[in-house]
Amino acid sequence: MSPEAHSPRPAQAPAPDLGPQLGARDSRLFDALFVGRLATVLGVYLALIAGLLVALGSFTSPSDLARATQSEEIRYAFWLSLETCTLATILSLWIAVPSGYLLSRFQVPRPRRRWSWRDGGSWLAYFLQNLLDALLDIPIVLPPLVIGLALLILFQTSLGKAVERVHPVTFDVPAVILAQFTVACAFAVRTMRVTFDQISPRSEQVALTLGCSRRQAFWLVVFPEARRGLVTAATLSWARSLGEFGPILVFAGATRMRTEVLPTTVFLELSVGNIEAAAAVSLIMVAAALAVLLLTRAFGLRGTGLI
Amino acid sequence: MIALSGVTIHQGAFSLCDVSFDVAEGQYAVLMGRTGSGKTTLLEAICGLRRVAQGSIRLMGRDVTRLRPAARGVGYVPQDGGMFSRLTVREHLGFALAIRRWPRHAIQRRVDELAERLGLEHLLDRRPYGLSGGEVQRVALGRALAMRPGVLLLDEPLSALDEDTRAEMHDLLRAVQHETRVTVLHVTHNRSEACRLADLVLELRDGQVQPSGTPPGRCANAEPPCGDSFARKVRYHEG
Repeated sequence: MSPEAHSPRPAQAPAPDLGPQLGARDSRLFDALFVGRLATVLGVYLALIAGLLVALGSFTSPSDLARATQSEEIRYAFWLSLETCTLATILSLWIAVPSGYLLSRFQVPRPRRRWSWRDGGSWLAYFLQNLLDALLDIPIVLPPLVIGLALLILFQTSLGKAVERVHPVTFDVPAVILAQFTVACAFAVRTMRVTFDQISPRSEQVALTLGCSRRQAFWLVVFPEARRGLVTAATLSWARSLGEFGPILVFAGATRMRTEVLPTTVFLELSVGNIEAAAAVSLIMVAAALAVLLLTRAFGLRGTGLI
Repeated sequence: MIALSGVTIHQGAFSLCDVSFDVAEGQYAVLMGRTGSGKTTLLEAICGLRRVAQGSIRLMGRDVTRLRPAARGVGYVPQDGGMFSRLTVREHLGFALAIRRWPRHAIQRRVDELAERLGLEHLLDRRPYGLSGGEVQRVALGRALAMRPGVLLLDEPLSALDEDTRAEMHDLLRAVQHETRVTVLHVTHNRSEACRLADLVLELRDGQVQPSGTPPGRCANAEPPCGDSFARKVRYHEG
C-alpha cells in the first residue's frame, strides 16, 4: 500500500457543482466581435458622409471651383454667410447661457402627491415648466419655412413695423441674422441647459458660503466650468446657422449682392441648371465649415485636457 | 457656538421637525446618523443653502436664520470637496479673501500660512484634477478656514479616504481646531471617527437630534463604547 493511501489530500474532495463556467477565451472573442460590430455601424455612416463629399467633388472641377471663388456674387455670399453666422452664434450664446442656467437651476420637481386642489399651486408650476420646455423646442420642431413665414408675418404687425422704421429688417441683412438666430438659439439653449445640469451645484454652494453673491458664484465658479458646453453650443449654433435656408428664403429673400448667403447661392445656381457651380459652392461650404469647427474646438478647448 | 431651536425643514416628501441642539463655542461636535437620516440637509440649513420652515439658527450668538449663506460666516467642507475645477490650489485658498477684497499681499501671506499648516505648499499651482482624496479635503479645509470663520461645518469629509490618510486627517482636524478654537460640526456615520474627534456626539434619529451614548449619570460605570478616550470626550447637551 502506498503512503498516499493513508493521507488522502483534501483536494480530492468532490468539487461543488458551480454549473456551466465562463470560458475566458470565448469572452475575449465576443468582446472583440462586439467592438467590431460597433465599428461597422460607425463605418456605414462614415461611408455615407464620404460618399456625399465624393459625389460633390466628382461633379465639379478645379476650374469650376476657381470660377466660383472669383465670382463677385459668390464672394459676397461667402463673407455674408461667415458674418451672419458668427453674429447669430454670439446672439444665441448671449441668450443661451443665462437661459440654460435658469432652466437648469430652478427646476420645479413633480409634486409627489396626486392631483388635489390643495396641491394645485405646485401642479400648476410643474405644468407651466413643462409648457415652457415645449415652447423652447418649437424652433427645432417647426418646419423651417413655417419659421420664415411666422417671422415675415411678425414684422407686418404694428410692433414689427415700429422696428422696421428704426432699421429695415425684412428682405435685408438683419432678416438673415434673425432667421439664423431663431433656430440656432434653440439648440444653444438646449446644449447649455444640459451643460449646467451636468455641473454639480455643490461647488457653487461652497462659493456662496465663502462670501459670493449668486452672480459672483456664477461668473467665478460655474461659468468657467461650462467652457466645454459653451464651445459645443457655439459650434452647433454656427453650423446650424450656416446651413439655414428655408426661413432665410422666405423672410430675407434671395437677392444677389444683398441677402444672398451660401445656401441661397446653391439654390439659385440649381434653379438655373448650373449644377457644377452649385457643387463647387457646396464644397466651399464644406471646407469653410470644417475649418471653423476645427479652429473653434482647438481654441475653445485649449487647456481643458480634452484635445 | 451653534444653536438650533425648533428647526423644521421640508424637502420634498422628507422633513425634519422641531430639531434643537447646542454646540458650545470652541467645541468639536460630531453629528451621527444613518444614510438618509437628514444629516446633510441639516448641515445645509445651517449653511443657509436650504430654507428653514420654522425655528431659528444662531451662530456665534447671532440669529442667522434669514441670512444668506455669504453673510453667515461659516466654513463649509462638502463630502466631495466641491472643488472649483478651473482654479489653482492657491486660488482656492485665497478665494474667500479675494471676494472680500483683501489686499494682494495680505492674501498671499494668509495663503502661505494655510498652505504650510495643511502641507499644501508643493501643490499651490496645481488644479484640482489629479489631486488625491486627502489633498482635495485639505484644500477644501484650507479654503473654508481662510477667512477665519467662527463655525466650521464638515459634511463627511473623510468618507472617501483610505485608513492611513483618514488617521492623518483626524490628527490634522483636531490640531487645527485646537489652534483656531473654531466651533466644529462634523457630520459622519463612522463611529470610530466620532470617538477620535468629538467633544460632543450628537445623533440624528427619526428626525430628532439627541446626545449619543449612555446618559450622563451612568457614564462612569458603563463600559465605554470605544475605550477610555470616548468616555472622556463624550459630554452631553445640557441646554
